[in-house]
Amino acid sequence: MKDLFRHHETFVLIILILVSIVITAINPSYFTLENLFDLLRNYSFLGIFAVGVTFVLISGGIDISFTAIASVAEYIMAFLVIKYGGNTMMAFMIAAVVGTGLGMLNAVLIYCLKIPSIITTIATLNIYYGLLTVMSGGKWIYAFPSGFRTFATVRVFTLINYNGASYGLSIITVIWILVIICAWITLRYTTLGRSIYAMGGNPSAARRVGFNIFRVQIFVYSFMGFTAGLAGFVQALVLQTVAPNSIVGKELDVVAAVVLGGSSLAGGVGTISGTILGVALIAIMNNGLTLLRISSFWYNVVIGLVILLSVTFSSFRHRLSPRGVNRLIGEIGGKP
Amino acid sequence: MKHRLSDLYILALITVVIVLLMSVLNPRQFLTIANLESMAFQLPELGLLSMAMMITMLTGGINLSIIATANMTGIVAALILTSGHSQGPADVSVGTLLLAISAGLAVAIVIGLINGLLIALLGVSPILATLGMMTLVDGLGIVFTRGYVVSGFPEAIRFLGNGTVAGIPFGVFLLALAALLLAVLLNRTSFGFNIYMIGCNPTATYFSGVNNNTVIIRTYILSSVYAGFAALIMMSRFNSVSSAYGKSYLLITILCSVLGGISASGGFGRVSGLILALTVLQIVSSGLNLLQVSSFLTIAIWGCIIVIVMAINYLVFRFQERSMSIKRGLLSNLVG
Amino acid sequence: MLEKDTNLLINMRGVSKHYRGVQALNGVDFSIAKGEIHCLVGENGSGKSTLIKIISGVEQPDDETVIEIDSQVLQHRHSIDAIRQGIEVIYQDLSLFPNLTVAENIALAQTISSESRFINWQQLHKIAEEAMERVQVQIPLSKLVGELSVADQQLIAICRALTSNVRLLILDEPTAALTRREIESLFRVIKDLQIKGIATLFVSHKLDEVLTIAERVTILRDGTRIGTFLSAEMNYERLTFLMTGMKLQSAKYSYKPSTDRPLLEVCGLCKYGQFSEISFKLWPGEILGITGLLGSGRSELAQALFGMNRPDGGEVFIRGSNVVLRSVRQAIAKGVGYVPENRLVQGLVMQQSVGKNVIITTIEKSIRNLRLLDKKKVQDTIEHWVTALNIKVPSIDASVQTLSGGNQQRVVLAKWLATKPKILILDGPTMGIDIAAKSSIHELVRQLASSGMGIILISDEVSEVVNNCNRILVMHRGRILREFQTKSTSEEDVQSFVNNTD
Repeated sequence: MKDLFRHHETFVLIILILVSIVITAINPSYFTLENLFDLLRNYSFLGIFAVGVTFVLISGGIDISFTAIASVAEYIMAFLVIKYGGNTMMAFMIAAVVGTGLGMLNAVLIYCLKIPSIITTIATLNIYYGLLTVMSGGKWIYAFPSGFRTFATVRVFTLINYNGASYGLSIITVIWILVIICAWITLRYTTLGRSIYAMGGNPSAARRVGFNIFRVQIFVYSFMGFTAGLAGFVQALVLQTVAPNSIVGKELDVVAAVVLGGSSLAGGVGTISGTILGVALIAIMNNGLTLLRISSFWYNVVIGLVILLSVTFSSFRHRLSPRGVNRLIGEIGGKP
Repeated sequence: MKHRLSDLYILALITVVIVLLMSVLNPRQFLTIANLESMAFQLPELGLLSMAMMITMLTGGINLSIIATANMTGIVAALILTSGHSQGPADVSVGTLLLAISAGLAVAIVIGLINGLLIALLGVSPILATLGMMTLVDGLGIVFTRGYVVSGFPEAIRFLGNGTVAGIPFGVFLLALAALLLAVLLNRTSFGFNIYMIGCNPTATYFSGVNNNTVIIRTYILSSVYAGFAALIMMSRFNSVSSAYGKSYLLITILCSVLGGISASGGFGRVSGLILALTVLQIVSSGLNLLQVSSFLTIAIWGCIIVIVMAINYLVFRFQERSMSIKRGLLSNLVG
Repeated sequence: MLEKDTNLLINMRGVSKHYRGVQALNGVDFSIAKGEIHCLVGENGSGKSTLIKIISGVEQPDDETVIEIDSQVLQHRHSIDAIRQGIEVIYQDLSLFPNLTVAENIALAQTISSESRFINWQQLHKIAEEAMERVQVQIPLSKLVGELSVADQQLIAICRALTSNVRLLILDEPTAALTRREIESLFRVIKDLQIKGIATLFVSHKLDEVLTIAERVTILRDGTRIGTFLSAEMNYERLTFLMTGMKLQSAKYSYKPSTDRPLLEVCGLCKYGQFSEISFKLWPGEILGITGLLGSGRSELAQALFGMNRPDGGEVFIRGSNVVLRSVRQAIAKGVGYVPENRLVQGLVMQQSVGKNVIITTIEKSIRNLRLLDKKKVQDTIEHWVTALNIKVPSIDASVQTLSGGNQQRVVLAKWLATKPKILILDGPTMGIDIAAKSSIHELVRQLASSGMGIILISDEVSEVVNNCNRILVMHRGRILREFQTKSTSEEDVQSFVNNTD
């Protein structure tokens, strides 16, 4: 039992439950299956990003260019599918390939030129986004083939609520769940997954022990790119339009969710379950704001407070642990 | 150290080359008084923001909240200026004016203080702390302005950014003063000395009696104050404030710092380098503007420039390392 | 003595290596028999690390070198080849992953070399358990390595090496952070491995440990092999002489008692979990040694006297007045200076210049009007101390990284002397410094003491404190067990007392 409290996730879960209770008390329509399935569908987009970001954080790096990658992937996918025709599967492939390619480019810059990942990805964010806006002229795309539209409405199982409207577990949520499962298996049961943790924990030791650092970096950032492409695909499905500027700007929401879930910027620490909880918490807080009729102006304030409280709390835990106190002699804050 | 000086010479050389390049590409427009003036008007706010970023990078940290801080300063000042019973901008009393400016700067100081406390006392990573503050302050800005733009300021304010003294924009004087102040601070005070030392090794400074926490907190406060002054100039030039302004500036301030020789990991960097880099960036920006390059392409170009500059830094560093190890090998034979 | 060739695991002849104009090794012959425990000693710059790198395949020797492993001549060996040949190195930093479990750390190397894509956790645990059994160690498999003590981490590193078919284990300064009991544990493990036919190559500068555990000792100096000897035929003086080429004067430090009141008086100082009932006095001109096994609370006590570690109870008097030291600045103001154990991380800002490192403690004193620095005064102060302490450096703007260990320590001393301390605490001041440089630092310390300073010298090496202090306090588990007057005590007495405290 005490072991449970060693984990950051436990605390997030507790807060999740508390917040849910508060919201349900004030507005019971929160705790309905319909609302929850809806939330899941709407947040799959962020959730897919979050899985990719988790990998990057565990490896000891950071990536904030994923929104730009998603935008580019989404746009190219929409453009090609509408111009040349194609089914939903093809759209998915295009988005995935574009995303993975752009992610690979990040990896090359970070590994070969040894540029800190924060700076690289700030730069590529602007490069990808800038070029996209210029080449697309800022135009929206919305004439998707009907197959695309119907795909988005697929549900794995359907229920009818008392109004006669149907709801259920959307295919989009299923896509997210599939990504989660793949990610979880990779991290837990493959050598590659463990090498990501190793690299985040002690990069020089990882090299010595025989891990191929280059391969790990390429994988991590390419996977991030892949999830970004997938997120773009999912966004297009949900909204049935593609606007070049709609995704960029949400980077920090995703990073906040992942950090909330226990991943550390320093690397070597993080779990998929924690990330899911982090995304869930962000989703629930937003949903709560809406259901409690609090104006959306407060959105950022809430997210900001949540980030700050979460990192403060993590910091406290780290300092109060037995090793934390002993290391205080000679250790001070200020260095990232 | 020798190679730092040669860095400056290279930058100066680049400046000359770029000026020539831009003059050639824009034969009739670039070297005109009008264009030079327009560049000189834009320089101060970017310069102050870059200095705000630079200070924190010297300590090995980063301040992602400078734009949000600037916006908030502007918003607070603007709300005071446009509130109350005044009939219009011309009707604002000197008292209100002073109150507005002091209140704005006071808010900036508070933000800097919170950043400093989080980073120094709680050991939160600067990326996360300033990211959280950025989100929070942005959100508060939206709440205060309800998403609207606030505009209409008195003549005194508009002079800051638009007025000229002896033909030179007033802002340039402010920038020069700010740069001089910072240079003196960094090179001629113990505070500046400690900033550089902490940027390299905060453990050793702690063991040598330096109060790391005080230095870090002051650094982030100073950073916010510079951002606050940038806000006053921005307020003046746009004659309005909004929580959405200046987002693209963040990347440029990082670019400016890196280009100016500020080390991303801390401990090295000079104001003179920053000013030179600033000039180069401003010239490139104006030149691109005159060439009617879209602003989105411009930010893509900024991204590319960061990558190129960091790549060059890396290659030069590798080259120096090799020659250092030769020197070290020889030295150890002599000195033992 | 020559062994029969087939007994030799490694036989290297004429090992030479040069780097861009520096001859790191010159015609060194070196061999290790199967299952032998062998020690490699030499000062910094003697070529020890280069030799290790060549044995482990990290570096390639020059062409005239002949390397035989199992009587087979081999060339162009890389580290992966060395691992296949059964040679594993455990570096001082251990190369472990603090965020992974014990089981993973042990078994990971084998997982990688077996080139399997997937992790079978049960198999992983089995591999780890088997390795731990061979070393007879009981550490919970699911514990994170970051939570273990250094000694336990070292055992984990050894377990990891055992998961491959290791035949030669190379340990680089393994005892640096271990208590006596942990060192004995480690030696037992090494002897155990010997029975199983695994040879061990020890690199160490702790000569008394070398003599305890090694069967043969190879001495390197300036890239050449001085000789290989049976440790039974060796003693401390001979080893030192061969390592440095010089005979060292070890006249004990003599102290003229002063009638002044004590500089420092500590009464009943205690801190939960670190030290308790600490009482002693320090007079001007004294060099007071504090020794004891690791974990005895010496550094924690020193840091308490330096304002870094506020005690729970007791009193401290500096020159008669009661002080409560809440910060380093306060301690400095009261006249205390502290040369920390870890020179590279705690003592110096490596990438900055010598000058900046010297002035860091006293920069406030060079402030003129308007809170601005007096550059000339800064320059003068730096130059004064660099000259006074004989720091050999081409320019004060040279980065401290380019200096030798001994000179680096002089920079640290300069920085503290600049604060004009009355009490100077030295924590392991000659660690990692050549024997020749060591004695010149001891000379310097003696001069400081005779000028009226009170010095506390904390050290692991009993010989250092016996030769350089007039009094020695032996600490154990946070308490002062006994005080020795060095005039009337021998090194063996103190050493055996220390050894028996556990």
